[in-house]
Amino acid sequence: MFSSLMGWIDARFPATKLWEEHISKYYAPKNFNFWYFFGSLALLVLVLQIVTGIFLTMHYKPDAALAFASVEYIMRDVEWGWLIRYLHSTGASAFFVVIYLHMFRGIMYGSYKKPRELVWLFGMFLYMALMAEAFMGYLLPWGQMSFWGAQVIISLFGAIPFIGDQLALWIRGDFVVADATLNRFFAFHVIAVPLVILGLVVAHIIALHEVGSNNPDGVDIKKFKDKDGIPLDGIPFHPYYTVKDIVGVTVFLFIFSLVLFYAPEMDGWFLENANFVPADPLKTPLHIAPVWYFTPFYAILRAVPSIAGSSFPGVVAMGLSIVFLFLLPWLDRSPVRSIRYRGIYFRTALVLFVISFLGLGFLGTQPVTPIYTLLSRIFSIIYFAFFVLMPIYTSLDKDKPVPERVTFK
Amino acid sequence: MRTFIFAFFFSYLSMISGQVMASTDGIHLDEVEVDLSDKASLQRGAKTFVNYCLSCHQASFMRYNRMAKDLDLSDAQVKENLMFASEKIGDTMTVAMRAEDAKKWFGVTPPDLSVISRSRGTAWLNTYLRTFYIDDTKATGTNNLVFKDTAMPHVLWKQQGYLHHDEETGHLTPASEGSLSSYDYNVMVADLVNFLAYVGEPSKIQRLELGKWVLLYLFLFFLVAYPMKKAFWRDIH
Repeated sequence: MFSSLMGWIDARFPATKLWEEHISKYYAPKNFNFWYFFGSLALLVLVLQIVTGIFLTMHYKPDAALAFASVEYIMRDVEWGWLIRYLHSTGASAFFVVIYLHMFRGIMYGSYKKPRELVWLFGMFLYMALMAEAFMGYLLPWGQMSFWGAQVIISLFGAIPFIGDQLALWIRGDFVVADATLNRFFAFHVIAVPLVILGLVVAHIIALHEVGSNNPDGVDIKKFKDKDGIPLDGIPFHPYYTVKDIVGVTVFLFIFSLVLFYAPEMDGWFLENANFVPADPLKTPLHIAPVWYFTPFYAILRAVPSIAGSSFPGVVAMGLSIVFLFLLPWLDRSPVRSIRYRGIYFRTALVLFVISFLGLGFLGTQPVTPIYTLLSRIFSIIYFAFFVLMPIYTSLDKDKPVPERVTFK
Repeated sequence: MRTFIFAFFFSYLSMISGQVMASTDGIHLDEVEVDLSDKASLQRGAKTFVNYCLSCHQASFMRYNRMAKDLDLSDAQVKENLMFASEKIGDTMTVAMRAEDAKKWFGVTPPDLSVISRSRGTAWLNTYLRTFYIDDTKATGTNNLVFKDTAMPHVLWKQQGYLHHDEETGHLTPASEGSLSSYDYNVMVADLVNFLAYVGEPSKIQRLELGKWVLLYLFLFFLVAYPMKKAFWRDIH
């Protein structure tokens, strides 16, 4: 009965073929470790954000006069509204936690290297789309930090010479962040950017499945196949990694729930205190800081001194800090992928890079002081040196011999 | 290497916890215990709130009947004892004073208190309500330690009495007796702040209640999921 139904479908749509290619006969290396949970977790959080987002739009009002109150209405009067809203707000931060760990995995095991350059590029575009999505979503509660955060970030476009002011005006649709801005950000947040994200996720996964997954040893499992053409070190994604990811999902949801139910504001890191004050264009908060996931880049922006009163150099530096990530596949000259067999130069550089990224993340949340500015500059230099010097230190590095087959305990 | 990375992430997490709340110029804030299961405290806080706050301030997102349900009160009890500013039990806690009048009379519109506990924090509120001191240069005759030049008068002066501020030491000492002892006044404020914390997020009661069941479920599910993974992977070497 079932097989005849599937036969009927398969004659018209490649359902079985897709299932086999991407799930049941997609051979993934058997030595995935802890770091390989975050791809599937990112997909989980994406679905969570879309589903909760749909329910939020049923009650949210994208109107400067109504937005703040409509969020509180969701928190109080809508059945389960508080749960949906906290799932969404906690989900936003969780998304970045998961994505940053996912990207770090890629850098650590050289997953961006040939032949996976496009997987990395699609991923980077996804990361940019995610940042746009989060930035515009953060305006919607229409609190003080929503308003002034958006005001500061949009005014960065104003720093671009010649066209800046007109550009910023065009983005806002008004001379300050206002109802017009809120409305268009709503449109981008709920439909435009999610469409882009979904398309890129499909491209990311298709590109990955075309070339196959990397692994913690960074060796190519397709080199050794059995008589049926199946990689000796490969196991079908389903059932092996589906059952493994279910464990990862359970642990993730446990930690996620701890935050969601017991610290949804995360002490002001996920929901800032100032955002419980309705947006007031006449009252600038003493200290404006973006949400934690943007702070490394915000710190770079502030670290660069302005030239002739223009903060444009800082804006350029901030842009470059993202652009360099795109270039990783071509900056890295080492033939070895995984950190396990890399030499001391790359290992040291990566540790310094992580320290500077986290350091910048912290500094971006703090008010400007001379010592913090100095630290931001040092960390920014290390951040950029990681990329700029990469062609040199990766070609000089004394890499270790890479095994033929994956190691597996 | 791996342990180093883990250690690093965790040390970073502990470093960043505890972001500073709204700046208060280095004044020490007195923490207060928030306990939404202490219904007696919430009821006392509600009484103080409707009697002393809810004539200038609103809590325009808070409904009376929601409060009745969460504070273990009947609608009739709320109507009789706690509802002076509205007609219907389903109304939110608004006041009759118009915002533009308030601005004319006080210089500022008294802020809506619905989510004040979430923007200011409970420790700030607890300190603010207890540190009004005599300042003859102000129109209200008082000033405040954590909110300098606040437009709000010392509404609870009858209970606390007035305080004198020593410029040199920064200490506050009683200048006149109130109707309550200092201990009783602290309890009164703590109850009020507890109530404001409730008003800031009424669904917190359901949130804390539901949380433990979700965590328990996930824990039990893990006990199934992990052996299942082990069983499937037994033949992978």
